[in-house]
Amino acid sequence: MSDTALVGASEGVGLEKTRSLFETLSRVAKYTLVRLVFLFLTVVVGVYLVVIVANMGGYVDEIRRGNIHQMISLEISQDESPEMRALSTEAKQALIRERVAIEVKRQGLDRPFIVRSFDFLRQALTLNLGFASDMVSDTGSKQVKLILLERLPPTLLLWGAANVTLFFASLFFGLFLSRKYGSWLDRFVVAMAPTSSAPAWFYGLFLILVFAALLQILPFGGMVAAPPPESKILYALSVLKHLILPTSAIVISSVFLQTFNFRTFFLIYSSEDYVEMAKAKGLSDREIERRYVLRPVLPTIITQFALLLIAVWMGATILETVFNWPGLGRTLFRAIGLFDTSVIVGSQVIFAYLLAGTVFLLDIIYALVDPRVRIGAEGRTR
Amino acid sequence: MKSLRELTHYPSALMGLAIILALVVLSIYALASMPYSEAVRLWRGGEDVWYDRPKNAAPTWTNLFREQKLPTTITMDSRDESIEKDIEVGAGDMTNIHMSFEFDYPYHGFPREISIFFNAEFERKQPHVSITWLTPDGREIRIADKSVGVRESYRISQDSTLQRRLGGGVAPHQGLFAVDPKADDLVSLQGTYTLRIEAVVFEPEADLDAEVVIYGQVHGIAGTDHRRRELSVALLWGTPIALAFGLLAAVGTTMTTMIIAGVGTWFGGWVDALIQRVTEVNLILPMLPILIMIGTFYSRSIWLMLGVLILLSIFGGAIKIYRAIFIQVKESPYIEAAQAYGAGNFRLIFRYLIPRIIPTLIPNLVTLVPTFVFIEAALALLGLGDPVLPTWGKIISDAYNFGALYHGFYYWVLEPSALLMLTALAFSLLGFSLDRIFNPRLRGM
Repeated sequence: MSDTALVGASEGVGLEKTRSLFETLSRVAKYTLVRLVFLFLTVVVGVYLVVIVANMGGYVDEIRRGNIHQMISLEISQDESPEMRALSTEAKQALIRERVAIEVKRQGLDRPFIVRSFDFLRQALTLNLGFASDMVSDTGSKQVKLILLERLPPTLLLWGAANVTLFFASLFFGLFLSRKYGSWLDRFVVAMAPTSSAPAWFYGLFLILVFAALLQILPFGGMVAAPPPESKILYALSVLKHLILPTSAIVISSVFLQTFNFRTFFLIYSSEDYVEMAKAKGLSDREIERRYVLRPVLPTIITQFALLLIAVWMGATILETVFNWPGLGRTLFRAIGLFDTSVIVGSQVIFAYLLAGTVFLLDIIYALVDPRVRIGAEGRTR
Repeated sequence: MKSLRELTHYPSALMGLAIILALVVLSIYALASMPYSEAVRLWRGGEDVWYDRPKNAAPTWTNLFREQKLPTTITMDSRDESIEKDIEVGAGDMTNIHMSFEFDYPYHGFPREISIFFNAEFERKQPHVSITWLTPDGREIRIADKSVGVRESYRISQDSTLQRRLGGGVAPHQGLFAVDPKADDLVSLQGTYTLRIEAVVFEPEADLDAEVVIYGQVHGIAGTDHRRRELSVALLWGTPIALAFGLLAAVGTTMTTMIIAGVGTWFGGWVDALIQRVTEVNLILPMLPILIMIGTFYSRSIWLMLGVLILLSIFGGAIKIYRAIFIQVKESPYIEAAQAYGAGNFRLIFRYLIPRIIPTLIPNLVTLVPTFVFIEAALALLGLGDPVLPTWGKIISDAYNFGALYHGFYYWVLEPSALLMLTALAFSLLGFSLDRIFNPRLRGM
């Protein structure tokens, strides 16, 4: 409404606006870059930890060296050729030592584990994940990278669907409740909030019990019906049907607490003085909500949601196992069962990247909605 | 103290406290009634321990909700007074032993299995037994004639000869209890049955005893699993383990987090910066996968898991919350006063800074407990539960691997789940109320 009054100065304002927009963008870019570098370092540390744990802090190397020694000793002691028989025991020992040294060097075991661990780290970070010992991808490859990348889309589908539903459902529901503060629905949600202390897989078990076992209207698990339908539409419908229970499990396990949190934030922010002021000015409720309540509360909400999202990623393994969802989590579970070390390490690496990606995405959104990041520069010069 | 009295104004807190108290009482009962070694022995026991329990039987109390009561397990031992056992010395060294097992069968439906466990004492020649079955309507069915060894189990349900004799179609344990074993629609006959064993032993000192077990479809207060184990053992012993695990992890994590946040804020500078960075790294470390790897590569001991869990949770998100409070407190005049009289760094941290965050800390600690209890269950579900201890998570894991939901053994999943849920709800109800008491900002909401 102030625009009409300032028509004369609009040109100057326009220039100012462009400049501030540029400043904002460069700030956001700088912020993004810093976050990106930091997140990458985090991934490096995380993956390195995984490498150390999976190699049992270098103990695996000891085992391999022992194996080499045993193999070569056996080979030489069983060698019945005349030259070998002519050798004395000492000479044989020397020969074994020599051959072991060659083999150890060939496998790179002569370098200390610390040095080798950085090699592993580099390979893991560049997704050079090696070969699985037992597991095979659907296309028949033993490459860990292929096995894992094949499993990525189902995981992204499930977690994307669940988290988008969860976020918007609890946001709007929270907003709705903050308007109906004190109603029976509000009290119900407050009372239900403690149920979120149980994780998604736990609710998954109940959902399977009710909808798959008792009512028999939804499948027990899996991603598509077996055999998969021929037509694309039927296939999508089948996937959708299988998606209902796991998504519901994730949503149910968090929606009450999330709604409760959002509603509480809205209530706290709508009791601020400037909201009262806006009310006195006669602004409509919608306008107040949009400009004075939703806006300042958004960064807090996003932080909250980011933490939830991270926690929920961690639970992927169990939920996917419970629902037989052919995603990364279940692959990890199967790899553990088969002691397939390279797949375990590989899936950790992918998880680390996924987590970092999620955090980064949220950081960007955060930068876009948080005024402290967005107009921080102007605030400082003033 | 005042705030604790305030708790009584919150019905949800009282409910939470009541449930926690009940769980503690249950734990004490578990510890008192069954020593640790006994619990482990029972839980790891096979057929030798659990031979007289049915497989996958629902709890007995489910009969309360049934119009037609399902059979419970009937166990009869010839060494008991109530069982008729006559010894009749015959010609030569032979002795005839008559045993008659009479029992009521008021149930609908059929038992799961029938077995006879013989216990014979002899030097060389095996005793000979012939077993007959008398139904309430006066039919007499010959079950078997056979020789028995020192310890022999005769599984009537798996006797294919008997099955053929009964008409072929039905399993013996159904055929023996049916009104008409050849009917298409099998109906069980209620009344008094008798199982008669006529044995001949061939040595003067020889003796024979038998234990008849008619496995029911319902058993005990909690039912049994696929290995015939009574679930009550693990449900009972799971309680102290879950509480100990949850509480130790929550206390361990919060206390160390608190101290680290306190030290970081007080000294500031690079210490603080380092702690902040480590926290941020730790926040996106995949905790559960790391636990999974430790379980796979090292050891699945629950206490090792507990240690790693605490280590990984120390630098959690709570550090940021505590730090925010500490930064404010650090500037308070009373801190300056304490410094003025010469209090050292650590005295300041522990006596002046840390007490100030107790109000935030306590609700946090209480709400953390269920998280850790569920992590234990989750690890068990992934097959990484402690190899010896009976826990709730391991029951769910067994049930899940056996396809309990698919086969309709709902009690198997529901019982441990109910206990887990109860524990989680109790602690989070209490935590929510504490949060409101200690954070006045939330009080009206």
